[in-house]
Amino acid sequence: MSGEAGNFTVTLNKKPRYIIEEKCTGCTTCVEYCPVSYPDVFNQEISQNKAIHIYFSQAIPLITYIDQSCLYLKEKKCRICENVCENKAIDFHQVPEKMEVRVGAVILSAGLEPFDPKVREDYHYGEFQNVVSSMDYERLLSSTGAYGGEILRASDLKHPKNLAWIQCVGSRQINPQGANSYCSAVCCTYTQKQVILTKDHHPEAACTIFHNDVRSYGKDFERYYQRTENLAEVRFIRSYTSIVREDPVTKNVFVRYATADEGVKEEEFDMVVLSVGLNPPVNGSKLAQQFGIELNDHKFCKLDEVNPMVTNRPGVYVSGGFQGPVDIPESVFSASGAGSQCAEQLDYRRGKLTKERIYPEEKDVSQEDPKVGVFVCHCGANISAVVNVPDTVEFCKSLPNVVHAQNQVFSCATNSAKEITELAKEKGLNRVVVAACSPRTLEPLFRDTLREAGLNQYFLEMANIREHNSWVHSKEKEESTQKAQDIIRKSVARACHLEALREYDLPVNKAALVVGGGIAGMTCALSIAKQGHEVHLLEKTADLGGMAQKIHYTLEGLDVQTYLKDLIRQVYQHPAIHVYTEATILEATGYIGSFVTKVKSDRGVTEIKHGGAVIAIGANVYTPTEYLYGENERVMTHVELEAKIAQGDEKVLNSQSVVMIQCVGCRNEDRNYCSRICCSESVKNALLLKERNPQMDVTILFRDMRTYGFREDYYRAASEKDVKFIRFEPEDPPVVEPGTAEDGREVLKVTATDYILGKKLELDADVLALAAAVIPSEATKEIAGFFKVTLSPDGFFKEAHVKLRPVEFATDGVFLCGLAHYPKFIQETINQSYGAAGRILTLLSNDTVVASGSVCDVAEDKCISCGACITACTYGAIDFYETPAGRKARVNPVLCKGDGVCNTKCATGAIQLKHFTDTEILSEIDAAVGAW
Amino acid sequence: MEKEQMEQLCNSPTGEQIGDVMIVGGGISGIQASLDMAAAGFKVYLVERGPSIGGHMAQLDKTFPTNDCSM
Repeated sequence: MSGEAGNFTVTLNKKPRYIIEEKCTGCTTCVEYCPVSYPDVFNQEISQNKAIHIYFSQAIPLITYIDQSCLYLKEKKCRICENVCENKAIDFHQVPEKMEVRVGAVILSAGLEPFDPKVREDYHYGEFQNVVSSMDYERLLSSTGAYGGEILRASDLKHPKNLAWIQCVGSRQINPQGANSYCSAVCCTYTQKQVILTKDHHPEAACTIFHNDVRSYGKDFERYYQRTENLAEVRFIRSYTSIVREDPVTKNVFVRYATADEGVKEEEFDMVVLSVGLNPPVNGSKLAQQFGIELNDHKFCKLDEVNPMVTNRPGVYVSGGFQGPVDIPESVFSASGAGSQCAEQLDYRRGKLTKERIYPEEKDVSQEDPKVGVFVCHCGANISAVVNVPDTVEFCKSLPNVVHAQNQVFSCATNSAKEITELAKEKGLNRVVVAACSPRTLEPLFRDTLREAGLNQYFLEMANIREHNSWVHSKEKEESTQKAQDIIRKSVARACHLEALREYDLPVNKAALVVGGGIAGMTCALSIAKQGHEVHLLEKTADLGGMAQKIHYTLEGLDVQTYLKDLIRQVYQHPAIHVYTEATILEATGYIGSFVTKVKSDRGVTEIKHGGAVIAIGANVYTPTEYLYGENERVMTHVELEAKIAQGDEKVLNSQSVVMIQCVGCRNEDRNYCSRICCSESVKNALLLKERNPQMDVTILFRDMRTYGFREDYYRAASEKDVKFIRFEPEDPPVVEPGTAEDGREVLKVTATDYILGKKLELDADVLALAAAVIPSEATKEIAGFFKVTLSPDGFFKEAHVKLRPVEFATDGVFLCGLAHYPKFIQETINQSYGAAGRILTLLSNDTVVASGSVCDVAEDKCISCGACITACTYGAIDFYETPAGRKARVNPVLCKGDGVCNTKCATGAIQLKHFTDTEILSEIDAAVGAW
Repeated sequence: MEKEQMEQLCNSPTGEQIGDVMIVGGGISGIQASLDMAAAGFKVYLVERGPSIGGHMAQLDKTFPTNDCSM
């Protein structure tokens, strides 16, 4: 890459596929005839594939490619594929192609690489057949995997019944041999997932997890951990392990471990899964060189301490795994965040190179009889392993109005969607039923498919034969096939009554409302404003800054106050940001594109019009009721301790002994979640204390030290500086009492059980710091009510989708970021705040937004103007209007959310929800009871 | 840059390709960045070293903590 921000030239080397992309239909005839079998990389080389093949069954593009194992490429022999391809799509003359692309910015999202356990001989990976990596195990679990979704041992192709997982493979190791010192952050939880899925496959399987700290620190992870722990025959054993030997006959694997109760033991397992960590991307160093960016000691991208998406080179951004070991939601929101920062830089050229998508003109089929096409999806093996798909297809053909029925391996794959479009045109279909999964995820895709065929998108009906059927009745194959057919019969009946609906183009107000003036809200507001939009920023207190006002340092050494002051200055100086302090929301109405929020603030009462909103109201610190907090002045929270360190409080800094207790107020019955940041906060305070007073005794009493990612290095540094870490169990928490030390000074006596020494310890504490939980802000419920958004079981805001829509709500036009979503570090908050800005810009940068055509409508001749519907509607979408025939109810389609509550209240059936009319629903019921 | 100039550049006789942003890596993060940038009005080049986009997430069976299908 050469050039500079705004004008880079990137030279690419495009590898030959040996396939003419436009000609290949993905029919895979060539794959059948190809004589070369070689280990399938996608399936972790467990199963075989051909030299010519499609990378995986849902690949994009869904076409073949030829691998270097091809006989022709190696020895100039064979060329069978060329002869069998009817479309003449094979082209052995292709050569690497050099391309030059000019762009204004670059985002490096090079990802991660699973740790290769082969570099460590002691794991015997690749040597013992039944030792597999967790990535291998994913391909054993997957229905498109190595054995079609069966978990089998490589040695005898039998189902393992007694499995062990070994944690921290390649992570948290100081004596590397190619291993990493950091924690890979995701392995504890993905292992729990693998255990749950294993028990789904084989309920009788015994699963043992050998672990160090269990680091399930994310949103809803604590419950997931408990769910795993509570499964029958699942053991979590806290122990280091070694793989000792393999039984020469049974090929079982022996693992040696040690527990406090029973000492060293050896146990035999059918299969051992190595929970491998995450390495930097394979070509990370090369990429860094090519793009002129710096890497850190761990060979991940070197991050700016406050803005983890920028690199040392202006115009080059980084997102996802290349930032460091992160999970999927973080990869997603750092992607949106990096996008937002690119967009700030390139705002001047927005919309100048893009083209609008053009659909064929919509056919009017209102005069035609229904002609239904049914597409039954295998969903790999998800449906077809339970439901007899060929029989079901035959059944569909027997239904009234069905003119075409067929199966598809994955209806959602690009080629399948194309097939639906083509067939709809060819056979003149005017209704399409896709019998596959829940409409929640893929309905938009299939609707698009219909638009491509020139049909109104509301002529699509999805029959959910996966979530409602094959997934829940996997043991009852015959009944499940029957049920699939019943579901499809209902859908076909309904499809015949579907009507063409028109969607509404709503204008988008270009301003944004950001609720909350902490780091999250301010960062988000600035990014939106820098892209040319007015931002109204609300803060409930008199000052911007939020929780960060109480934080002085980060673990990585950032001076938070200086950073915060600068951020506040930028916010106040930006002409497009309007700050409202001492603000409370009085009323919030409207909908995506045009919200109106009434606010009382230092500016008086203001009515703010905005196209979208970001909720960034932060969180609070729990006020402990435990461990003499509030009763004894030596007891304080970790946040208070940090403040005293920052102030140079001599009483604290001259203490002989400081004790810290973790998990105060969370990971318990009242708050069944992990507050994520407190372990690292305590390590940070311990390091600060040791730096100020190296003689001080610092002890941390913990349950699991959750210093995930690169924070592990600081945990190790604290250990090396002689900070003592003592683990306790929730059933046997530390006991704190006032007392006197041997030297006669007054202290707190902290008694805890040391599980390594197997005895009670009594510690003298001059200061006791409690790692108090992060709890939802008290305003959460009220704000949720105003913006009609939902909360998670723990009381934080609930995002629309944990992985795919992590910074937005299910309510259109409303987004979230920061601690209001879940506890997180400042860097993570900044990632997410830019992410929310990136997402809201996908709305604000357009002039219109499309609203659903499935809204309510009143048949005025039936309306008796009783007003029941108006009372029932929570969106204020219905009003009375005077008509020549008297007063009638009328629906404002842009306000209607299509919930249909009014339908249930209407005495005369005058108000109907389009796409869910009585006729449509009753036809389904008739079909269900066989009256059709 | 003015629209005419941009169009001229797009149709430059050298056959040079021009876009707003290049995203290197077609895993979940690269895909999300591409979708967002495109939706916000930018022309994106998404570059992937393998034969398909999807990255490691495509290899996973399900995802925690909801056990949603990874694909």
